[in-house]
Amino acid sequence: MLVLGIETATPQVGVAIGGHEGIIASFHTTRDRRHAETLVPAIRFLCEQAQMKLSQIGLVAVDVGPGLFTGLRVGLATAKSIAHACRVPMIGVSSLDLTAFPARFSDRLIVSTVDARRGEIFYATYRRAPGGIQLMSPPAVDQPADVAAQLMATGAETLIVGDGADRYAEMLGNVRGAEIGREGLRHPNAGALVELAHARALREEFVSPSEIAPMYLRAPDARINWQQRERS
Amino acid sequence: MTTILGIETSCDETAAAVVDDGRDVRSSIVSSQVDLHARYGGVVPEIAGRAHEALITPVVAEALVEAGAADNDIDVVAATCGPGLVGSLLVGVAAAKALALVWDVPYIGINHHEAHLYAALLDEHDAEVQFPLVTLLVSGGHTMLISFEGHGRYRLLGATRDDAAGEAFDKVARYLGLGYPGGPVIDRLASEGDPTAVPLTRAMLDDGYDFSFSGIKTAVINWVRAHPEVATADVAASFQACVTDVLTHKARKAAREMSAAGICLAGGVAANSALRERTLDICMEDGINAYLPSRAMCTDNAAMIAATAWYRLASDGPSNLDGGADPNLRIDFLN
Ligand SMILES: [Zn+2]
Repeated sequence: MLVLGIETATPQVGVAIGGHEGIIASFHTTRDRRHAETLVPAIRFLCEQAQMKLSQIGLVAVDVGPGLFTGLRVGLATAKSIAHACRVPMIGVSSLDLTAFPARFSDRLIVSTVDARRGEIFYATYRRAPGGIQLMSPPAVDQPADVAAQLMATGAETLIVGDGADRYAEMLGNVRGAEIGREGLRHPNAGALVELAHARALREEFVSPSEIAPMYLRAPDARINWQQRERS
Repeated sequence: MTTILGIETSCDETAAAVVDDGRDVRSSIVSSQVDLHARYGGVVPEIAGRAHEALITPVVAEALVEAGAADNDIDVVAATCGPGLVGSLLVGVAAAKALALVWDVPYIGINHHEAHLYAALLDEHDAEVQFPLVTLLVSGGHTMLISFEGHGRYRLLGATRDDAAGEAFDKVARYLGLGYPGGPVIDRLASEGDPTAVPLTRAMLDDGYDFSFSGIKTAVINWVRAHPEVATADVAASFQACVTDVLTHKARKAAREMSAAGICLAGGVAANSALRERTLDICMEDGINAYLPSRAMCTDNAAMIAATAWYRLASDGPSNLDGGADPNLRIDFLN
């Protein structure tokens, strides 16, 4: 089964196509946070390069966050529309899973982060497990200083990955036993999304587009934009 | 025949529609978020964005089902690309581009305000609409008098210098304790009131094509303060008659000056009964056409997006798939 993976939870746009033979094609760009502009052309480019049509896709996998709200909505609206038009099921995977997965060969505690802006990070912790990673603490949002204090208290050897770790590298990297993992570990990986989703699809863990929802982890800011208010 | 799927997500309605050749509305689904925002007294952008994301796929699916459209029936996918709330616009743009990619058909981004102008021409089965037309675009955010000179050709004749017409309705309704939004409730009450009960000056009647509604609103409030015994229905009727007189007087003046073939109404205030009646009367008296959108097409909907796309496609061709949204998009006026 061919899987299309769509990832837009951070300033990166990531797209990958793959199946039982692994990743066939993938594309990532972190330029300018232009999710809406870049995503559909990237999917078209990927299909052209992989010499396939979207109608051959059997599953659409999408990064459901946590992450940038508008980026997530662009990714989910695109992924759901493709799944709906192709009449195929979907699988949603957390951005924190996707950032942690490429670090799965480490025996340390993996702390996966996404920059949540406003002085906070989204994060979750993982351990290496047979065939992948196992979630140790669920996704949460907190100030980096509080996350650093928690890690200090555990005293564990940690590998901290993701753009949240990147932004607060000084604070998190100074925790005893902690190392910031950068190369290839900065953003959720679209290839990991396809591989994880393909494995879950074999266990038939897919859902319909209506069952996929973003993981916001924050209540909406109820500030009214009076300038843009236009009832007509 | 060209069948267009239109998508509209610029503010607080998630809408999708299937329209043939810019005229025949096969389906028009509007899922309103008004209840989600009512407790805040206005539209909350983040709440709107979340609701659009949750609603977009089911609303599009419903529009396709109701139209009886198979996937390969859709020739073009159009979406509002501005103006509006950027986080809301991008949900519709993303969905439209994705569908266009899967179905391998053109995508086109549409200006929301321009689409309001075209709402009046929906269901026009006349072989050719006669131009020029004078269009009153009246909503909670805008009051513009526009010379509609041909498809895609607009000249701005005048605009409000202060409050939009719909905004004046909301403010007067709030003062009278009638709740929000003010347009429909004032319209309903006015039908039982005396439009001559409250003496109101018709502001700037002979002063070009610009409007001012702030003074009318203040005059209403001052008169009610001085005459607390006045019936609310009479106030509503007098205020509505005053706004209607000003709007239609200038539209008529412009239509005569330009030898226009007709007058169009557009935007939410175009649903107002008095404005519709007066416009019909004027057009009848002057022997010109009146183009009034159905009430459902006055407020935000996707049928007007799909209809506009048909004309835009013919003149400008499709948009690129790397297009985004512009929250401040303006109508491209000739002047
Ligand atoms: Zn509107």
